[in-house]
Amino acid sequence: MRYLASIGTLLGLSVFMACAQENVPPIQTPSTAAYTLEKVVDDSGILWGMTFISKTEILATEKGGTLYYCSAGTKQAISNVPEVYVRGQGGLLDVATDPDFETNSIIYLTLSSKGRGSEPGGNTALYKARLVDNSRLEDVELLYQASPNSKKGQHWGSRIVFDPQGHLYFGIGDRGNRDVNPQDISRDGGKIYRLNRDGSIPQDNPFVGQNGAKEAVFSYGHRNPQGMATHPTTGEIWVHEHGPRGGDEINRIQKGKNYGWPVITYGINYSGTPITTQTKKEGMEQPFYYWVPSIAPSGFAISDSDKYPNWRGDYFVGSLKFEYLEHLTIENQQVVAREKIAPNIGRVRNVQQGPDGYLYLSVEGKGIFKIVSKS
Amino acid sequence: MKKLFVFFLGLSLVACQEQPSPELQASINRGQEVYQNFCIQCHLAEGQGVPNAFPPLAPSDFLETQTAAVIAGLKYGMQGEIVVNGQTYNGNMPAQGLEDDEIADVVNYIRNSWGNQNRQMILASDVAQTSKPKP
Ligand code: HEC
Repeated sequence: MRYLASIGTLLGLSVFMACAQENVPPIQTPSTAAYTLEKVVDDSGILWGMTFISKTEILATEKGGTLYYCSAGTKQAISNVPEVYVRGQGGLLDVATDPDFETNSIIYLTLSSKGRGSEPGGNTALYKARLVDNSRLEDVELLYQASPNSKKGQHWGSRIVFDPQGHLYFGIGDRGNRDVNPQDISRDGGKIYRLNRDGSIPQDNPFVGQNGAKEAVFSYGHRNPQGMATHPTTGEIWVHEHGPRGGDEINRIQKGKNYGWPVITYGINYSGTPITTQTKKEGMEQPFYYWVPSIAPSGFAISDSDKYPNWRGDYFVGSLKFEYLEHLTIENQQVVAREKIAPNIGRVRNVQQGPDGYLYLSVEGKGIFKIVSKS
Repeated sequence: MKKLFVFFLGLSLVACQEQPSPELQASINRGQEVYQNFCIQCHLAEGQGVPNAFPPLAPSDFLETQTAAVIAGLKYGMQGEIVVNGQTYNGNMPAQGLEDDEIADVVNYIRNSWGNQNRQMILASDVAQTSKPKP
């Protein structure tokens, strides 16, 4: 009996150890909300990407393949969007405006595409186009098509941002092929890419001239980045990515660095079995922050606005899994507090700061909401 | 002792279950791959789902009885209120972009996993004949 009991304890202990503990600081739910939510766009689908083209007009992508022009509570589909391969987590993904959008009307899209060959499956593509009359795209141009095609449904990425010099960054996930793609710079997938706005490769990219390398690659060893933001004061590119079970990460992206997936991770397989025993390794970056358990992060905004008391410089991340917007308080380059904004609102797919300084979040099956501070 | 008896009774019951035909078994095996790829992140590894968000597949009276609605939901997406085991869900399952044979395989898999059993095989042609539900 004694013997049985100790086996029981041992078992309990190992179960306990296998279920990694929640990472600090613990998430808080404020007892009263200091803001209200105002719906600005109604949509029953998945508004994946959004970008403001003026204080009141929004372009939004619906995952199923529609690009919308949204204004004053109405939305209208924009024509001539490239063909989208809707598969698993793939579809029409992000939309971003050119830094000179006001004068050139150029936008960029990332989407899942079958590509031009006959190979089955698809991969992530980056397109550039000119928005005409807020109703159609012209001069549609493919800037990047990842290869090879895969019929896997997972991990297409993808967000688009610009640095202060005007380079374009976007991400592609490991396409469900973690043992092959993320650590190999001669292959697409599991990478953050950096391009000039015409699609050419900046000559100061880290792997330019390296034999066999995909020269558009800026950093590697990523799993599935679905949030990306340019830091408003430092101009650095910040990315978060989905981990497996546990181990979602926030990373500050540096040129040529390896972010470790799947060699190091704070997560385990969905089935509960380990992926690797390592969380740290020489030559691989540690995350700025990691989530255990996973929140399934999507969308990333860094506030530089005075619309909310004390939120300036803080990070905002949508949680698909726990259905809230996460506010991470940053002090001295560290996450010192985490709180839920809009608890139980639904799967938060995206968050952006509008030109008016307010935060906007997109919720699957509902639409886009503006967060208005009560005070 | 009683427990042991129940255990062996259970075992013999399992042993008496009609085995899937080789074609169905092959489809189930392919369906498992589809499931790992396209469904697990919501319905989880044992088909247990997530309370109030993603309905369970095992057990699920909906899956047992509403074959046409399940196939249509996987083909075109499923939205709006449904009742599973007496619980109301009002979620959104986006279409996964699966081909007809993949849908047949994954349905065969979920109908024969985690204690579910339905040896009647769904074919790609059944999926092809399923039309979009009227809103
Ligand atoms: C993004 C999350 C998500 C994914 C991925 C997903 N489902 Fe669902 N599934 C749902 C939701 C939400 C519902 C309920 C829809 C509603 O309320 O109308 C549902 C309903 C169902 C139902 C009917 C209800 C029940 O529990 O019996 C079945 C069967 C089902 N899904 C099977 C699958 C299979 C098989 C796959 C993979 C091919 C899959 N789902 C992928 C979210 C998902």
